[in-house]
Amino acid sequence: MKRQTDPLIRARGLGKVWETKGDAIVALSPLDLDIHDGEFLSIVGPSGCGKSTLLKILAGLVAPSSGNVDLGGTPITGPRPDVGLVFQAPMLLPWRTVLENVMVPIELQKRDRAAGRAKAQELLEMVKLGDFADRYANELSGGMQQRAGICRALVHDPKLLLMDEPFGALDAMTRERMNIELQRIWLEQHKTVVFVTHSIQEAVFLGDRVVVMTPRPGRISEIVDVPLPRHRDPSVMATAEFGAIADQIRRHFELEGATDL
Amino acid sequence: MTDTSLDIDRAGDRPKPLLRATSPIWHRPAVVSALLLPTTLILWEALVYWLQVPRIIMPAPSEIGVSLWNNLVSVDFYRHVWVTAIEALFGFALGAIIGFVLGAIIGQSPFLEKVFYPYIIAFETLPKVAFAPLVLVWFGYDMTSKVVITAMISLFPLLANTIVGLRATDQDQIDLFRAFCGSRWAIFWRLRLPNALPYIFVGLNVSLIFSLTGAIIGEFVGSREGLGYLIMMRNQTLNIPSVFSILVVLGALGCFFHYVLHVIQRRVLFWAPGVRYNG
Repeated sequence: MKRQTDPLIRARGLGKVWETKGDAIVALSPLDLDIHDGEFLSIVGPSGCGKSTLLKILAGLVAPSSGNVDLGGTPITGPRPDVGLVFQAPMLLPWRTVLENVMVPIELQKRDRAAGRAKAQELLEMVKLGDFADRYANELSGGMQQRAGICRALVHDPKLLLMDEPFGALDAMTRERMNIELQRIWLEQHKTVVFVTHSIQEAVFLGDRVVVMTPRPGRISEIVDVPLPRHRDPSVMATAEFGAIADQIRRHFELEGATDL
Repeated sequence: MTDTSLDIDRAGDRPKPLLRATSPIWHRPAVVSALLLPTTLILWEALVYWLQVPRIIMPAPSEIGVSLWNNLVSVDFYRHVWVTAIEALFGFALGAIIGFVLGAIIGQSPFLEKVFYPYIIAFETLPKVAFAPLVLVWFGYDMTSKVVITAMISLFPLLANTIVGLRATDQDQIDLFRAFCGSRWAIFWRLRLPNALPYIFVGLNVSLIFSLTGAIIGEFVGSREGLGYLIMMRNQTLNIPSVFSILVVLGALGCFFHYVLHVIQRRVLFWAPGVRYNG
């Protein structure tokens, strides 16, 4: 956990209200949040706590209705080339091969294709998909597709990787392996990761810090430090320390009466 | 994660269809399908013979066969086939291009869609063949008027399916492209248009079937050549076996068009699961 004086992301009074006809829904009540360079930040909370809205604001897809947010000193006003994004569904294009799918950000940002291709191939090797580069997306299993999706989010070498419940659609076994895989990628790539999930285990296992969000209205309840050493092994989940942190987070949702975790 | 073998849960262990080596031959659709045509023809021949149906009402298949042969050995016949085929193909291409371009423009915004939709529906419900006499007045007796009529008929399936297809792209998918700084233009060409292709091909299939109808109707209304013209001429001289033989040729032409499009579709839409071949 690297702590620097200047955070990579600085959000102040950041909030979002959806205005519908004569009605206003508070998706995110104004919050302050600093995310440090190289940090793995988990955001955990039940549906409707505003975690996805926060992520979409960081991705520049949704404009905040109050406050401001800076990334590397410049305000986020729209999508930026130094951000990578992974959604719950891999959303690979079925008419493109795995390699061509990973190349999408390179093409959209009109970057050098030869260099992008080399980088894409390298990333696919890293997630053990090197032999599948020329296969079509639907020839891959869900876990393999999501790994390709992560490569796509890293191919243009972004500073910030945003992940919105990336393993939510996978079975428990694959999910655990993907968590280990993601930790390895993060340790190798030195990216700042904002990882949204509704699994407390996943949030604690991966995160340097866990932002706990609660709904109605969406807000930050607490930010929990996870001082567990790296590289973490799944066996860490059986330790008392891990259990204590997970309990501390879980308490927020029991108080809120949220059972839909 | 060093073991990827667990991830490969695709082909290989999928159950193969059981070989029904023991089941009777008439349980196989392909066999029954292949036998259906000769059986029908024999039955037809027999009925016409036994019931002594006049040939100007219903000729026997053998007579149609003879007439077909006479047509196929005549050089002039191919000129008529060529004229009708070209009218249908040019009309189809023109209608498909206009339909696609209009659909792509209207599909750009829900606003445009709402503005134009009532007019599209109104025009779509109009029987386009009713315009045929008018088109003949505007474009003359030659092939141009048939191309225009065919284009009018072929346009709407493309227009409607392009609009629906462009609308079908998942919003999350568009957001992902936006997040990677994809321009509106890039999102259209690299995401929405490929996504719309299965719908567009449904439209192409329908339009292609309509295109022969358009050409024949145009020729019925007024022409000097083409298979529609030939049908009218043979009908007037009560050469009914020849009319039937022209129908056979038209059917073969339609099947050929459909087959060519099918081959193109399989190449272009190799990635689309369960593409249905309508029409």
